[in-house]
Amino acid sequence: MLKGARERRVRTGGVELCVAELGETGRPTVVLVHGYPDSKEVWSEVATRLADRFHVVLYDVRGHGRSSAPQPLRGGFTLEKLTDDFLAVIDAVSPDRPVHVVGHDWGSVQSWEFVTVQRTEGRIASFTSMSGPSLDHFGHWINSRLRKPTPRRVGQLLGQGAKSWYVYALHTPVLPELAWRGPLGKRWPAVLRRFEKVTGDGYPTTSLPQDAAHGAWLYRDNVRARLRRPRPDVYAHAPVQLITPLEDAFLSQRLYDDLDTWVPRLTRRTLPAKHWIPRTRPDQLASWITEFVTATEGGRTEVAATGKYAERFGGQLVLVTGAGSGIGRATAFAFAEAGARVVAVDRDAEAATRTAELSRLVGAPEAWAETVDVSDEQAMEKLADKVAAEYGVVDVLVNNAGIGLGGSFFDTTPEDWKKVLDVNLWGVIHGCRLFGKQMAERGQGGHIVNTASAAAYQPSKALPAYSTSKAAVLMLSECLRAELAGQGIGVSAICPGFVNTNITSTARFAGVDAEEEKRRQKKSARLYGLRNYPPEKVADAVLKAVVRNQAVVPVTPEARGAHLMSRFTPRALRAIARLEPPL
Amino acid sequence: MTTAVTDELSVELRGFRQVQRLAYECAEAVAAQLRPGVTEREAARMQRAWLRERGVRDWFHLPFAWFGDRTAFVNFRVPLQFFPTDRRLEPGMPFILDMAPVYDGYTADIGYSGSLGVNPVQDRLMADLEAHRELILREVRERRPLRAIYEDVDRLMVRQGYANRHRAYPFGVIAHKVDRVRQRRFSPHLFGFGTQSLKGLAADALHGHREGWSPLWSPYRFSDHPPRPGLWAVEPHLGFRGTGAKFEEILVVTDSRDPVESAFWLDDDLPHVRRWAEEK
Repeated sequence: MLKGARERRVRTGGVELCVAELGETGRPTVVLVHGYPDSKEVWSEVATRLADRFHVVLYDVRGHGRSSAPQPLRGGFTLEKLTDDFLAVIDAVSPDRPVHVVGHDWGSVQSWEFVTVQRTEGRIASFTSMSGPSLDHFGHWINSRLRKPTPRRVGQLLGQGAKSWYVYALHTPVLPELAWRGPLGKRWPAVLRRFEKVTGDGYPTTSLPQDAAHGAWLYRDNVRARLRRPRPDVYAHAPVQLITPLEDAFLSQRLYDDLDTWVPRLTRRTLPAKHWIPRTRPDQLASWITEFVTATEGGRTEVAATGKYAERFGGQLVLVTGAGSGIGRATAFAFAEAGARVVAVDRDAEAATRTAELSRLVGAPEAWAETVDVSDEQAMEKLADKVAAEYGVVDVLVNNAGIGLGGSFFDTTPEDWKKVLDVNLWGVIHGCRLFGKQMAERGQGGHIVNTASAAAYQPSKALPAYSTSKAAVLMLSECLRAELAGQGIGVSAICPGFVNTNITSTARFAGVDAEEEKRRQKKSARLYGLRNYPPEKVADAVLKAVVRNQAVVPVTPEARGAHLMSRFTPRALRAIARLEPPL
Repeated sequence: MTTAVTDELSVELRGFRQVQRLAYECAEAVAAQLRPGVTEREAARMQRAWLRERGVRDWFHLPFAWFGDRTAFVNFRVPLQFFPTDRRLEPGMPFILDMAPVYDGYTADIGYSGSLGVNPVQDRLMADLEAHRELILREVRERRPLRAIYEDVDRLMVRQGYANRHRAYPFGVIAHKVDRVRQRRFSPHLFGFGTQSLKGLAADALHGHREGWSPLWSPYRFSDHPPRPGLWAVEPHLGFRGTGAKFEEILVVTDSRDPVESAFWLDDDLPHVRRWAEEK
């Protein structure tokens, strides 16, 4: 399953461990430690992605995969013995240089032990933890909540207590072994597919029933002992990157609330995914591990991004159309501040370049400008190919480009209609079609944000074409959301009201001469200026919509009000639609 | 214009230039003393003490100091928030010092932006302010209505990707008139503004109201008139995601027909102007 891997066997403490290596040995060594019930093959997708840049080492934990099991099993899986194994492996593969450890699930639990005990000091350069807390930290976490049981803290305890049901189950003698070797072992791949969205592809391996049966002793040998008497000095002696999947069914996010006391150099990341992220999100993990390892090798541990959502968007690729001004530009900056890599698309080359430039200044590790008219199908296709080839698959797509068009229905010419629909609707269709497809094909989640408008549900006799185009965008977003829900891709529609951007000064007004149009542009720009709702607030709403995976987000009080009215008092809304705007 | 009038003008201008230089010297001296942990109140007090030692007795307004995201007036709702707070300076933080001393009857009103250590965002903002200084002078010489110039400055800011933060000032002014102030032994201040100066401003506002102009250069209709001869303290203020930068200095507007004579910056030897020259 691991193509091109070099295998060796390492003897230690009465067992023989199966160790696989990928990549050149001269490079920094990254050791991947698997969890329960797994074998090193859980890392296959991540390992191949890391092999170009690092010396990647994987091993089967004792009793798992092709490593032998200790005799007897009871007492053979203590964290002390697992630490012995780890030291034996790294002494064999990287005797002179400290290694970078990456652990998932129980691999992370034991790596916390490695990174907090004294005898490994100087042998570990960094640790990336996912879905596996230190049992000692866990013990302290429980104790602190029992000592001061506020309602919130009791809630946290009960929440995690419920999520840990399998831990209690594994403490029953014999039965778990029987289940794993019998029906559960047979059905496990289907269970993973159904509940965890982990697709097959040769995973899990045939050794699963054996791994799972032996691995029960990981729990029995350690959990009770450590939770009851957690070590008092569990401070990490290496920088730690904590990757928390937000939809983990087994571990609460709250477990890591007090982690800063134990880890002086902590980088937090969050991922909207379930427990088995090494299988479901290999691209994101490989990129975060690469970034973290490279940063620590370079002696730098701080991430430059300061934004509120830096944990969530750090290193992600975000493409924003209409990024040369207004809401698009503010959105690009907000993502940049959160440490995302930004592609700023606009038909105005100079404005797009400016956005990219300032994005780098506020925290984007990389930012590029692309000059494209979103209504141009071929240009968009070319852009999609270029982005995929040069920057990667887009994690967050913001279809924001839009133009304004006012004037009565009978004054609006077919050309006007075509123009406004080409940009406002077809631009969004092209974006979703091309970049959404790349996202769906990658199969590792993502998010699409479409900028609709409050005009999508607030009719007005002054904006027939514009409102029609935005209503279409809103419905498109809702339909696409339904279609992509199964693939972990969220779709949000943002519906801003009157926001102070230059859409007013570029808007067309149908049925009036050039001079009158100029006057109306100026007047509306002034009115929007008096309203003065800043595009930065819309940008914040965009980021929040992605983080919370919201479907429809009205921004500004008038947009929220109209949204409520469209549901409860539609007739009042229709009455408003008849008003003449004060232009 | 006769020579006598020109001489008189240049004597006047020399007075204003002198106090403006003094204020900028103060800003540079105080900025050099700022250390991590200094609060806004302390920085304001340092400016006050420095100028008092050098003979300043009255103020157009008392010195202000803004640190961190307060340089961009983040979440400013009421004017009281402009006053110095106990916010402490940290490494890398941007700051703005703003003071308006009256010396010998001449008023200055200046703004000085800097940062403790390196702040690339503010550096960029300061560099981009140069275009605004040029734009304002050019359009004042063209005698465009002040409100139109205000809107052009706004557009330039938006194109640059920044937010207009002088909008947060009282009446959203980008500039206001300054004038000579009569020296009194007793010079109280009201909400941080010297009463003598406020009196001057109020008199101007009254005259202006009758004649159709205003001593405040704002985005509103009352500023829809060509530049009025006199001295204007111009203060474009850029904001970008929690970082702000401004300069403030006096623009001299005359009724001369020669475009170059009709408007000019009182002094071109100021820290921000020198900085732009060095960068070239």
